[in-house]
Amino acid sequence: MHDMIALTALGAASAQVDTFDGLRIAECPYWALASLATRSGHGAEIADAAQTFLGAPLPGVGLCADAVPFHAFWTGPDRWMIEAPHDSHEDLAARLKAAVGDAGSVTEQTDGWVRFDATGARCHDVLERLCNADTRRMNPGTVTQSRIEHLGCFLICRASEHFSLYGPRSSAHSLHHALVTAATSAL
Amino acid sequence: MTQSNRLEGGQIDRSRSFDFTFDGKRFKGHPGDTLASALMANGVRLMGRSFKYHRPRGVLSAGSEEPNALVELRSGARQEPNTRATTAELFDGLEAKSQNRWPSLRFDAMAINDRFSNFLTAGFYYKTFMWPAAFWEKLYEPMIRKAAGLGSLSLQDDPDAYDKGFLHCDLLIVGGGPSGLAAALTAGRAGARVILADEDFAFGGRLNAETFTLGDASGPDWVAATVEELRSLPNVRCMSRTTVIGGFDHGIHGAVERVSDHLATPAPGKPRQILWRIYARRTLLCAGAIERPIAFANNDRPGIMLGGAMRAYANRWAATPAQKVAVFTNNDDGHRTAIDLIAKGVRVAAVIDVRADAPRLADCELLAGAQVIDTDGRLGLNFIKLRLADGSERTIECGALGVSGGWNPNVHLTCHQRGRPVWNEAIAAFVPGTLPQGQSVAGAATGDFSTYAVLRSGTDQAVVALSDIGLEAKAIDLPQAEDAPVNLTPFWHVAEGKGRAWLDQQNDVTVKDVKLAHQENFRSVEHLKRYTTLGMATDQGKTSNMGGLAIMAELAGKTIPGVGTTIFRPPYTPVAMGTLGGRSRGQHFHPVRETPSHKWAKEQGAVFIETGNWLRAQWFPRPGETTWRESVDREVRAVRGSVGVCDVTTLGKIDVQGTDAAEFLNRIYANAFAKLPVGKTRYGLMLREDGIAMDDGTTARLAEDHFVMTTTTANAVTVYRHMEFARQCLWPDMDVQLISTTEAWAQYAVAGPNSRKLLQRIVDPEFDISNEGFPFMACGEITVCGGLRARLFRISFSGELAFEIAVPTRYGDALIRRIMAAGEEFAVVPYGTEALGVMRIEKGHAAGNELNGTTTALNLGMGRMVSKKKDAIGSTLSEREGLNQEDALALVGFRPKVAEEKVTAGGHLMTTTGPVDAAHDQGYVTSAAYSPILESYIGIGFLKRGAERMGETLRLVSPLTGTDTEVEVVSAHFVDPEGDRLRA
Repeated sequence: MHDMIALTALGAASAQVDTFDGLRIAECPYWALASLATRSGHGAEIADAAQTFLGAPLPGVGLCADAVPFHAFWTGPDRWMIEAPHDSHEDLAARLKAAVGDAGSVTEQTDGWVRFDATGARCHDVLERLCNADTRRMNPGTVTQSRIEHLGCFLICRASEHFSLYGPRSSAHSLHHALVTAATSAL
Repeated sequence: MTQSNRLEGGQIDRSRSFDFTFDGKRFKGHPGDTLASALMANGVRLMGRSFKYHRPRGVLSAGSEEPNALVELRSGARQEPNTRATTAELFDGLEAKSQNRWPSLRFDAMAINDRFSNFLTAGFYYKTFMWPAAFWEKLYEPMIRKAAGLGSLSLQDDPDAYDKGFLHCDLLIVGGGPSGLAAALTAGRAGARVILADEDFAFGGRLNAETFTLGDASGPDWVAATVEELRSLPNVRCMSRTTVIGGFDHGIHGAVERVSDHLATPAPGKPRQILWRIYARRTLLCAGAIERPIAFANNDRPGIMLGGAMRAYANRWAATPAQKVAVFTNNDDGHRTAIDLIAKGVRVAAVIDVRADAPRLADCELLAGAQVIDTDGRLGLNFIKLRLADGSERTIECGALGVSGGWNPNVHLTCHQRGRPVWNEAIAAFVPGTLPQGQSVAGAATGDFSTYAVLRSGTDQAVVALSDIGLEAKAIDLPQAEDAPVNLTPFWHVAEGKGRAWLDQQNDVTVKDVKLAHQENFRSVEHLKRYTTLGMATDQGKTSNMGGLAIMAELAGKTIPGVGTTIFRPPYTPVAMGTLGGRSRGQHFHPVRETPSHKWAKEQGAVFIETGNWLRAQWFPRPGETTWRESVDREVRAVRGSVGVCDVTTLGKIDVQGTDAAEFLNRIYANAFAKLPVGKTRYGLMLREDGIAMDDGTTARLAEDHFVMTTTTANAVTVYRHMEFARQCLWPDMDVQLISTTEAWAQYAVAGPNSRKLLQRIVDPEFDISNEGFPFMACGEITVCGGLRARLFRISFSGELAFEIAVPTRYGDALIRRIMAAGEEFAVVPYGTEALGVMRIEKGHAAGNELNGTTTALNLGMGRMVSKKKDAIGSTLSEREGLNQEDALALVGFRPKVAEEKVTAGGHLMTTTGPVDAAHDQGYVTSAAYSPILESYIGIGFLKRGAERMGETLRLVSPLTGTDTEVEVVSAHFVDPEGDRLRA
C-alpha cells in the first residue's frame, strides 16, 4: 500500500465547505469516476454488462441511475460516467473494464474533475447566477451540461435542493471562486 | 434651499428626508423621488447643457426617454456620466454634477458655439474639416470631441461588481403598467411561470402618474394591491428596476437589473447590476407609450417639457417646474395636464390647442386654434409668444410649458429582430407590425390608450399567449376604469417663428437641419439619421424620431409610413460596459488552470506564466540570483549535468480506444501508427486538411485497442475538437472512442543523465526501467511509491535521457515532493518553461513558433514523415506544387558570428551583400535563446534551401528591434545531434 498523500482539487488535505444562509457548498473529493463508452455494435452487450456491474440499467438521455454504491449519469450518445466511493473503488476503471470487456471503452476520469455539491433551499438562487440550466425545473435524477465560469460542467440534480457540479479539476479554484462569489452575491 | 415647488400628495415618503447635492449645492428630497423630481421640487429647472451648442436645458420627460437632463452621478471611481436624472432614484448623500459645461452650468463658456450655429449645421464637420487630411486625426477630431460631448469618465477602475444570470419562464411580461399588471395577474393566477419586469423602481406605469380610479381604488392603491398579490404567488417573479434591453432569437431576452443603483454603494459582495438572460416561452410586451413633443421656435428652454411628464411630476412626485404653467397640445390628453395641475393648486395660464374646435376640458383659459411661435427666458422659460386663431399675437408669462403632440406606442422590442412597425392613422403613430416568434403586445404599446382598454388587452393577451403553450388561463375581472377615446389632430411643428425649432434636443437637431438634409439629398431615413445625428446617442431619439420623420415626409411629399423608420436595435436604454463584462474582469477575466504541482511550486517561489489558461512555473529563482537568466541557465546546466524535473501536465492527453483506434490514428497523423507495438511511444505529426502542420506530440500504445495521445499545451482543445470532428463526421463507421484525460493525470518530465537513477527510487522494484528493460520510446503502466498506479513514458523533449511519469492528479503534489526528496543525492532541480524552451531549441525540436500555421512537414525537415503508403488528413494537399518548391524554407540553426551578439526571434534573414528588403528575404528566425551549454545565443528558423546552406553567413535583420547581426547557418541540432544521450 502506498503512502502518498492525496490533495483535494483545491489543494488541501480535506474538503472545503462553505456555508451560506440556505446553501452549503461542499467540495467532494470522495468519489471515483470512470467513463464508459459503447463500442460499435455492442449496445446490447454493454447494457447487460453494465446492469450486472451496476445493479441498474444505464440511464437514458439526460438521466442518472442510482444503485448504491454506484451512480451513473449520461454524458452523450452511448456514453456515461460511473461514480463510486473513492475509498472502496479507487480502481473503479479497472473493475468496470473487467466487467464490460471489449464491449466498451473505459477511461479513468477520477481526477479529471472536481465535484462541488450545492445543497439547500437557496441553491437555485445561486445556480441561476452561474449557468443557463433551468435548475428549478430539473427533476431529481437528471443531468445536463452547462457552462459555468466559462468551463464546461456537468450539473446533476440529486434532489430538488441538491445539485452536484462536475467541472475541470485544474480550474477548481476558479470554479470555487465563482460559486462562492455567486452565493455571496445572491444570498 | 426649501422645496419651493413641492406640492401636496404624491408617492413620496415625507416622513424621511434625503440630503443630496447638485453641482455642489445641497438640497433635500424624499424617498420615492428621482433626482429630477427632487431638483424640480427645489426649484431647479436648469439641469444640463446640450451636446453641440451648449444650450441651457431642463428636464423634458419623466422617464428613460429623457434627452436633456443627463448628469454625472457619484464621484471618484464611482463617477458615472450620462445618467438620466429622470430615472436616477434619489438616495441619501447622492452627489450629482451637471456635465458638458465649463466653468459652470449657469455660465458655460462653450455656449459660444451657439453663436456660430449658422456654421455648425448638420454635416458641418463633413464639409468643413476636409483638408489637410492629416489634420483630422490629430487636430480636428480631438478639437471637436473637446468642444462637443456629454459626461466624462473617471478613468479609474470601477470598484463595483456586476453579475450575470439566467432566468426561465413561461411568460415574460415587459412592463409593469396597467396592462402588464393585468397580464401578470392573469398568468400568475393560472399557475404559469411569470417574470414581470419594469424599468421603474415602482410598478404601475402611468397609473402612478395619473389620477384615474380603478373601481373604488385610486390607481396607486390598485397597483399596490395587485403587486402584493403577485408577490405572494411563488410562480411570479416581480422584477422592478429591471430594463429588458433586447429581444433575441428563440425567446431569449436581455435584461439589466439595477440592484444597487439606488444605494450610495452596493452592500459588500453584492452586485451593482445584473445582466440577465431570460429564456421565455412567450413574451408579452406591455411597454406603454412615449409622449412626443411639438417643435416650435426656442422650444428647448428649461421649463418646457412633455405634458404627460408635467402631470407625472405633479401627481407622483408632488413637484411642479413652476408655480405658473401653460399647456400646448393637439389632443385631448394634453388637457389632462392642465386639469391635474389645477387640482394640485398650480396656476395654469392657458391651454393652447392647435385645434380650432378643441374642447374646453380644464378650468382655465382655452386658446383654441392657437400656436406657440416663440419663447423667452435665458436659463429658463419666462414667456411664451402665441399666434392666436384670429391672427393676433399674445405673450403669456409662465415658468413652464407642458407640450403634448400625442403618444407613440413603444414598439422598440417588437423590432429587434428586424420587425417593422406599421402606421395607425387613428392615433397618427406607428404600432407593432410583424412580431418576433413567441411575442405578443398589449396595452398602450399596441395603440390602446384608455385605462380600460390596456387592462383588457393585458389580460386577454396573457390568456392567448399561455394558450399557445398549452396553459389554460382565465381573464381576470377588470375594475371599472377610464375609457376615453383618442382625440387628436396630427401636428408636428409650428411653421412660424424665427428661432430654431428643436427636434432632437440631445443632439441639437432642428427642423432646419432636417430641411438641409433633404435639400442636400440625404432623404432616406437612414441617411437623415447619419447626416443630422437625429435619434443618436443615449436616448436613441425616443422623443425626436417621429418629428424628424414627419418633417421629412412633408418635404418629400410622402406619407410618414412612406418615409419609414430607422431600425430599432438593442439595447433599449444604455448599458454600462461593466454590466456586459460581468465578473469576467481583472484576474477573473478567464478561469485559471493550475498544475498538480502548483502549490509546491508556489512554495518554491516559482515565477509563473500564463500559457492559455494554465499557470506554469517559468523558472524557480534561488537566493542570490538577480536575473531570470541566472535561474534559467542554472536549471539548464543542472538538467544536462545531472537531473531536473518539470511539470508537463499541461500537455493535452487524449485517450483513444476502440477496435479501430490504430487505424483512426493512422488517418489523423501524417506518419504511420498502425503498426506501433504495444508498450511503445511514437512521435506524430498532424496536418491540417490543407497540408499545413497542425500539431505534434507523442502517442503511446498501452494496448492493441488503447492509445494515449499527447498534444501541445496550446492546441489541446483544437486537436481534440479536430479528432471528434473526424470521428463523428468523417469516419462515423469507425469504432473509436475519445475522451480527454489531460487533468486526470499529473505528469512530470524527469530529465538528465541521472533521471533513471532517480526514478529507480520512485518506481516500484518489480518494474525494470533499465535501458534494456525500458528503452527509448518505451511506455507502460507501472506502480510507484509502493503500489500507486502510474504511467511511465521514455520520451525526451530536452534531448537528455528522460522519462515522463504520470500518477492520478490528486497524488501529483505528493509525487513532486517525493521526486525532489529522492533526487537530493543527484542535486535534482525543478525547471520551468524557460529552461524547457532553451533545451528544446538546443535540441532543435519544433514547437508552437515553428508550427505557426504557415509551415509544412517539408519546412520542418519532416517531409519524409508524411507517409505515401496510406492516406491521412492533409497528406494529399501537402503534395501541392506550391508547398514543394526547390527553394522551400527549411528548418536550420543559427549562431552569431560574434559569440556575444544576440540572436532574436522574429528577425529576417538577408544575404550579407544583397539589399535588405522584403523582395530579398531569405527566411526568418522563429525561436532564439541563450544556450548556457554552448555559451552563446542560438536560434532556429526557416531559411530558403536551408539544408544546402550550412556554414553560410547571413544578416539577421529586424527593423522593429534595430537588430542587425551576422549569423552562421548551422544544424538545428546544437546538442547531441546523434541522439546518444537520450538513448543512454
